[in-house]
Amino acid sequence: MNLEPAEPVVTAPTPKVKAPSAPGGAEEPSAPEVKLSAEDLRARFGTTQVLKGISMPIEARTVTAVIGPSGCGKSTFVRCLNRMHEVAPGAVVEGRVLLDGQDIYGAQVDPVLVRRHIGMVFQKPNPFPTLSIQDNVLAGLRLNGTRVPNPAEVVERRLRQVALWDEVKDGLDRSGTSLSGGQQQRLCIARSLALEPEVLLMDEPCSALDPIATARVEELIHELRADYTIVIVTHNMQQAARVADTTAFFYMGELVEYDQTDVIFTRPKQRKTEDYITGRFG
Amino acid sequence: MSSVSNPPSIVRRTPRWLPLLGRSANPGDAVFRSVSRLFALLILVLVLAMAAQMAFAAEESFKEFGWGFITSQKWDPVGQRYGALPFIFGTVVSSLLALLLAVPVALGIAIYLSELAPLWLRKPIGFLVELLAAVPSVVYGLWGVFVLAPLMATTVEPALRSTLGFLPLFSGPNQGFGMLSGGVILAIMILPTISSVSREVLQAVPANLREGAIALGATRWEVVRVGVLPYARPGLVGAVILGLGRALGETMAITMLIGNRPEISASLFAPSYTMASVLANEFAEASQDLHLAALAEISLLLFAVTLLLNIVARLLVWQVSRGEAKGAR
Ligand SMILES: Nc1ncnc2c1ncn2[C@@H]1O[C@H](COP(=O)(O)OP(=O)(O)OP(=O)(O)O)[C@@H](O)[C@H]1O
Ligand SMILES: [Mg+2]
Repeated sequence: MNLEPAEPVVTAPTPKVKAPSAPGGAEEPSAPEVKLSAEDLRARFGTTQVLKGISMPIEARTVTAVIGPSGCGKSTFVRCLNRMHEVAPGAVVEGRVLLDGQDIYGAQVDPVLVRRHIGMVFQKPNPFPTLSIQDNVLAGLRLNGTRVPNPAEVVERRLRQVALWDEVKDGLDRSGTSLSGGQQQRLCIARSLALEPEVLLMDEPCSALDPIATARVEELIHELRADYTIVIVTHNMQQAARVADTTAFFYMGELVEYDQTDVIFTRPKQRKTEDYITGRFG
Repeated sequence: MSSVSNPPSIVRRTPRWLPLLGRSANPGDAVFRSVSRLFALLILVLVLAMAAQMAFAAEESFKEFGWGFITSQKWDPVGQRYGALPFIFGTVVSSLLALLLAVPVALGIAIYLSELAPLWLRKPIGFLVELLAAVPSVVYGLWGVFVLAPLMATTVEPALRSTLGFLPLFSGPNQGFGMLSGGVILAIMILPTISSVSREVLQAVPANLREGAIALGATRWEVVRVGVLPYARPGLVGAVILGLGRALGETMAITMLIGNRPEISASLFAPSYTMASVLANEFAEASQDLHLAALAEISLLLFAVTLLLNIVARLLVWQVSRGEAKGAR
């Protein structure tokens, strides 16, 4: 991967941060590998401190859920992970986010390139209304300047990947907004996947969807986990329990607890986490 | 209804004619509704009355020249021959020239103000742009006469001739007063209209389209190109047409700069004449009935064209601000 716009200053191979291997880990082919890691990440809007120093390693090819009460900074956190936060007026980020050991906030890093490696799906489906379904899928590649030798193939592959192909294959020329909300959201996921990102950030991707569409997106997340590292913000704790390997609980801009999902939901170590998941506040 | 000096006690609370104004329990509401409806209708009546009046006044010219009026090049008040083609030509060409010059700059300003400029700069620059729209036409005209025309005659036109002089457009004597100067002054005058309406249109583009493009790794320009412009396009077209409407109807400044000669020339340096200008210049002095009728017909033409363009433009702008531009391709 190369995030440097011109001549990269860092030419050394990117260090792979290895988690301590399990006993007898030597014969294991792949030890857990940290894909993305926030280190003392602080974010604010003007003078309002929203994230107060988050440190959180995220393992490759896992699904990580981010939960917490409204306004605690979940969206801000994931937006810091692909440098979207700084797009808002007055928004400032401090601290580091390492992608394969490389700081995406490094001085030489081009945020545009970062975002091509770290895709994002939003709460409200936002296909480009003036583009057809197939052009929506290809939009990212075209921006990228990539010559797509066989666009039809890419479109079919990505739409199959999000289980949308059978529903839209007869109308690929229709506008992206002619689809239902759930279909639009899957189209947006396909659009992100076409760029072959390594990490996919999803900010409440199902909050505008009905239960059936939600189930399809969750199924999709399950399948994507084999190849992608996924971070998903959700207000739905059942959803977190269903899809996530690890879960992070945020409260007032701080990471209160971060552990295996079943630990968070069955025997959390922090009182705050317990109160939240049992519905005592939030 | 009641004059101020009348004591309120003698004002009738529920006038006998109230039922005439529709079913309303509250007399105030009924009156208010009827009065405002009356005013709204008044506008419509006014427009129709103007059109009818002009058509009526132009009757003699209709009879005399028929369609020949708009195809004939001869405008001769002494010989009583009237053809509007040079004015139509002058109006259309000067307005298109103005669009050609103003649209890229105006869109640039609008994109800068809505997408790129730092927040603290957006308000003041936006305000300045709108201020330009408030400058009276005659002031632009005077500036044109004293600054623009000499500049055109001594610098711009010679430069154009020496570089592009092989084109008929840029040949002929430079005089400062002509189609090119007229087009430039119109361009300056419609710039604020186009850029402020365009800015409104761009700001109405939903933020999540921008974010979608950014998240796909779009550069700033790509965000504008992929996320913003396609959605805003109908509205931008509307903004341009509003500018065109203003250019077509502009009178004072262009009269001061276009040279006022009813001729059709291939050269942009040559003097020309517009519909609005000939009305302003000749109406007061026209004594023959046929001359007046011919001028009335020109005004009818101008009226119809600008009205139509403005309606189209408004519809396009509304389409975007109501978010109906979705399926537009
Ligand atoms: N554009 C902004 N300007 C100023 N403050 C903001 C802005 N956007 C968000 N905030 C503040 O930042 C804090 C965190 O917002 P964020 O959107 O990250 O919360 P969240 O956890 O995603 O909430 P939700 O669950 O409601 O989506 C909130 O307190 C909010 O008021
Ligand atoms: Mg949020």
